[in-house]
Amino acid sequence: MRDVTETTGTTAPGDGGDVRLSGISRTYGDFTAVHPLDLTVPEGSFFALLGASGCGKTTTLRMIAGLEEPSSGSVHLGRQDVTRLPPYKRPVNTVFQSYALFPHLDVFENVAFGLRRRGVRSVRKQVRDMLDLVQLGEHAHRKPHQLSGGQQQRVAVARALINHPKVLLLDEPLGALDLKLRRRMQLELKRIQTEVGITFIHVTHDQEEAMTMADTVAVMNAGRVEQLGAPADLYENPATTFVANFLGTSNLIEAEVASTAGGEILVRAGGGGLGVPAGRCSAPAGTGARLLVGVRPEKAALTLADEAGRIPDGRNRVTGVITEASFLGVSTQYLVDSPAGKGLAVYAQNVDRDPRLAPGAQVVLHWDRAHTFALDAAQDIEAGVERVEPATAARTEEAPGTAGNPARAGSTGGTGGGVKEAAG
Amino acid sequence: MALLTWFRRRLVVIFGLLTLGYLLLPNVVVTVFSFNDPSGRFNYAWNEFSTDAWTDPCGVDGLCDSLALSLQLALWATLAATVLGTTTAFALARYRFRARGAVNSLIFLPMAMPEVVMAASLLTLFLNTGARLGFWTVLIAHVMFCLSFVVTAVKARVMSMDPRLEQAAQDLYAGPAQTFLRVTLPIAWPGIAAGALLAFALSFDDFIITNFTAGSTVTFPMYVWGSAQRGTPVQINVVGTAMFLVAVLVVVVSMAVGNGRKRMKA
Amino acid sequence: MSSTALTGPPPPAPAAAAEEAAPARRRGRLTPYLLLLPGLLWLLVFFVLPVVYQASTSVQTGSLEAGYEVTWRFATYTEALAEYWPQFLRSVLYAGTATALCLLLGYPLAYLIAFRAGRWRNLIMILVIAPFFTSFLVRTLAWKTILADGGAVVDALNTLHVLDVTAGLGLTDGERVLATPLAVVCGLTYNFLPFMVLPLYTSLERIDPRLHEAAADLYARPATVFRKVTLPLSMPGVTAGTLLTFIPAGGDYVNADLLGSTDTRMIGNVVQTQFLRVLDYPTAAALSFILMAVILVAVSVHIRRSGTEDLV
Repeated sequence: MRDVTETTGTTAPGDGGDVRLSGISRTYGDFTAVHPLDLTVPEGSFFALLGASGCGKTTTLRMIAGLEEPSSGSVHLGRQDVTRLPPYKRPVNTVFQSYALFPHLDVFENVAFGLRRRGVRSVRKQVRDMLDLVQLGEHAHRKPHQLSGGQQQRVAVARALINHPKVLLLDEPLGALDLKLRRRMQLELKRIQTEVGITFIHVTHDQEEAMTMADTVAVMNAGRVEQLGAPADLYENPATTFVANFLGTSNLIEAEVASTAGGEILVRAGGGGLGVPAGRCSAPAGTGARLLVGVRPEKAALTLADEAGRIPDGRNRVTGVITEASFLGVSTQYLVDSPAGKGLAVYAQNVDRDPRLAPGAQVVLHWDRAHTFALDAAQDIEAGVERVEPATAARTEEAPGTAGNPARAGSTGGTGGGVKEAAG
Repeated sequence: MALLTWFRRRLVVIFGLLTLGYLLLPNVVVTVFSFNDPSGRFNYAWNEFSTDAWTDPCGVDGLCDSLALSLQLALWATLAATVLGTTTAFALARYRFRARGAVNSLIFLPMAMPEVVMAASLLTLFLNTGARLGFWTVLIAHVMFCLSFVVTAVKARVMSMDPRLEQAAQDLYAGPAQTFLRVTLPIAWPGIAAGALLAFALSFDDFIITNFTAGSTVTFPMYVWGSAQRGTPVQINVVGTAMFLVAVLVVVVSMAVGNGRKRMKA
Repeated sequence: MSSTALTGPPPPAPAAAAEEAAPARRRGRLTPYLLLLPGLLWLLVFFVLPVVYQASTSVQTGSLEAGYEVTWRFATYTEALAEYWPQFLRSVLYAGTATALCLLLGYPLAYLIAFRAGRWRNLIMILVIAPFFTSFLVRTLAWKTILADGGAVVDALNTLHVLDVTAGLGLTDGERVLATPLAVVCGLTYNFLPFMVLPLYTSLERIDPRLHEAAADLYARPATVFRKVTLPLSMPGVTAGTLLTFIPAGGDYVNADLLGSTDTRMIGNVVQTQFLRVLDYPTAAALSFILMAVILVAVSVHIRRSGTEDLV
């Protein structure tokens, strides 16, 4: 790291290495790709920008890299303003989407490219060491097209890391890999980041990937950061319906505040009452206020209506009818229609599977009140629901928790077709 | 029955090979008749075997001069057309500007025009401006009609290039000049080479436009044309055969080198 | 065509795409014009300007000795058409026939290279391209030998009574092939065949062979696979190939001169003689201009109709 600062001469030694974006935005004609945005990425952290395609996350990344000029605002690396610096003068390197490996150069020369441009004389040892780090030492003299997708990905990482950048930018680096390889590379990247201690900024549309790898995740939507925080925090306390639906799956139920007492809000929903901890409500909760009450599917449980007496007191309850039960191996996913909302999802671990829990069964869906969160009702209840998902994510990450949309049952019921397609 | 099925399965192959035969038959004839010792002035009927023409290819007046002139013309025309065509192709592939559509059409038109029309109109220009017909007018004409082919070949290559490759180079500390030299040019190279090769072949073999713009200058095709009236020396068959062999050799060697390199790296 | 440059992720807006494709945006806006200037200037001076000169020449009157001046005499056009319409018609007929024959002969060869050649593919490609690099005049003269009177080909055609049929169609005359329309069409077909095969091959090669399997899986017999899948997908190649064959064939005078007779003169021959022997520049310019107009109209109609405007 030290040697970059010296050779590029762009920053004074001992400078803080935070990436600071102040009010940066990017517009193309009438279209605003990124609304004015303030963001600080602490030095040495693994930071993820998460969002659907077209949300502005890649544009943000490219503005940090210098490949895109911000329409307003500034980019600071530590104390240095790099807003107007061209990419080849920034101590920042990028792992491009689909890697952009130079097809006319072999692996060795691809990795050596940055060093050579900066006038480093003896690159041999450094390149060798770097190739060993990513376990590609034997393939140094292959051309990129002779490598597998995973190997190409590692070349791209090596090519960027060998320059010891202050910040490594990763633009959907695992998007082109199959599921198993992606899982492995996630751990691998995380290991490398811990080892080299460089700040990683990672752009992805895959929420699982973001949560697995990053210390901090910023969820972006329509050119704005919706919410920023540690993965667990975002998951447990989504601030908007978009985050609730985009990060995993949420059951959202429309409700009205009945009363507030002792740190708990009582709401009415579909003829029943539910309790929400006041601390987990992100919206004003005066009596009569409308809220969206949410619970994650894995925190809810199902009990047959006949045996409802066994449910401990103090849990939130919703009665309904099972419309669908899908066996997923580890768990079973149930969809329940109730007066409070249609298509509520429950993921039950397959410890003792009850065969009576089948479509048509009258059930009570219940969960610990402490696991309930509440959001402002003045938002799109379906925001962030991914309708068309790549086959790998379709099963576990679809968000059936949105009430009142009969079409959802159909889309989940179509798994049979998906399997056939994959087999073909 | 089985024979019929066999035949039907291979119908495409049989017809394809027949067409290939049709394409190659004249080359075979040219080669065979390069060993002829014709009885008259014309080398159209077989008389007897001889290697005279091969041992003395420059034995007829003016043939080797015309060949040298054609080579010289083709080299200069290729060089000029490649340079002009490559810069034009980069402008068209890389930038949006007004009149881009019009420029594209202008590039396309020379390829969509019968040669005789271009030849005739160039001649009117040269006559009207009082230019002396000769080497330079031919060269100008050749550069003109080769240009479009080079632009097309290079443009296709540059446009199919991932713009992220250049961004990656910039990200890896290569300035604009370095990016062009180290990444853009090497990747565009096959397109430029293909365009140059095509330009060379077109220029070297051009007859119609040369016929109009050459005045009394004699290129190799002009020489052959003239000899068709006066009497065809066997030596033109020797040149034709040699050109075919060189062409095949060049292609085979370049393919072999490519394959060999691939195997060595693997 | 422009879409091929953007293989990346869907950019947020069209403007963003333009931005991505132009990484050198920091340099001045003048750059594209500077890059264009030399090539464009060349084409303007040596392609566009001559056409203007030619147009002007076609409406001039005068003589070589006294000089020419623009008198806007459009009668030159009508006179030229009245005198040389048979050569125009012949050009269209010969070039059209040759183009059709090229398609008929070239398609199987292109198909063979694209799908059936296996390890012979490179060799066949070399054999198709290599004649390009051999003098086409020498090769055309070889047809004089092949089609010579009393030669093996003519003898065989006579024995099979093929020449009786072609003579009935007005394609040949008596027992010979040389100096007949058949010889000219044969030469044209031969000379421009590679221009048909290469674009056909390019578009056939792009077809995913799995499409054939998919069509067969969906109950299409081989002939139907060809008609419903292969042929429609190769249409860009057919369009490009027919253009690349018809245009040069329509303006050609080499084949008609070397293999034909005075009865097979095409419009190219007329333009050539008028310009280089008769030296009647206005008539020659008018004829050349008409040929240009006919070809341009034909090309644009053809391109419109086949809907492959990306050729341009």
